[in-house]
Amino acid sequence: MRHQRKVKKLSRTSSHRQAMLNNMVTSLFASRMIKTTESKAKELRRIADRLVRTAKKDTLAARRLVARSVKDRAVLKKLFTEIAPQFKSKPSGFTRVVKMGYRRGDSAMMAVVELLTEKPKIEKDAGKKKGSKKKEKEVAAAEGKSKKEKSASAE
Amino acid sequence: MPLPKRRHSHTRGRKRRTHWKLTAPNVMECAHCHQPKLPHHICPHCGYYKGIQITTPKEA
Repeated sequence: MRHQRKVKKLSRTSSHRQAMLNNMVTSLFASRMIKTTESKAKELRRIADRLVRTAKKDTLAARRLVARSVKDRAVLKKLFTEIAPQFKSKPSGFTRVVKMGYRRGDSAMMAVVELLTEKPKIEKDAGKKKGSKKKEKEVAAAEGKSKKEKSASAE
Repeated sequence: MPLPKRRHSHTRGRKRRTHWKLTAPNVMECAHCHQPKLPHHICPHCGYYKGIQITTPKEA
C-alpha cells in the first residue's frame, strides 16, 4: 500500500514535473541557491537531498544514477567533486528552505532553497557585522551593492 | 432548470457575509534591522533570517 507517500503534483503531468524538478535541481547545484515558490522549493529539497546522498558514494554507479536527473555534465562534475565532499560528515539535511514573502503577480509564497555548503562570501560578511553594531546598516547597504554586482557577474 | 422561488434580500446576503472577516498578518520586528517583517520569513529589508544573511535586497 502507498499510504502516507505523498508527493506534491504541482499541477503538472508526471513527466513535466519530473523534467522541471530535474532542471531545478541542476540549477540548484550550479548556483548553490535558487529562488522559487514555496511548494516547488519543498519538493525540490527532497530530490536535492537524495541526489547529494547518492553523490557522496562517489562511484560510477552513483554517478550514473545522479546523471539521470542532472543532465548537465559540468554540474554533475561539480556535484561530485565540490559539493558532495563538503557533506561528508553530514548524514542528511543538505539543503535549507526559507520563505521570503509573496510574489507580486499571483501572491504565491516565494522561498529560497540553498545548499548548506560553505560560502566564504557570506560567512565573512556575517562576522564583520557582529563587530560593529552601530554601522550595521551602512555596512549592510554597501555590501548589498557590492554583492549584487558579484552575483550578477556570477550569473 | 432550478430557479429561486423567493426574492433574496440584500440583508440576507449581507448577514451571511458577516462571517467573512480579514485577519491581520502577524507582523514582527526584524532582529537585525528592526524593520517590520513576517515571522519565519527572510527580512525583506535586510535579507537576514536567524542571524545570517541569505538574500541581498534590492536597493530602492
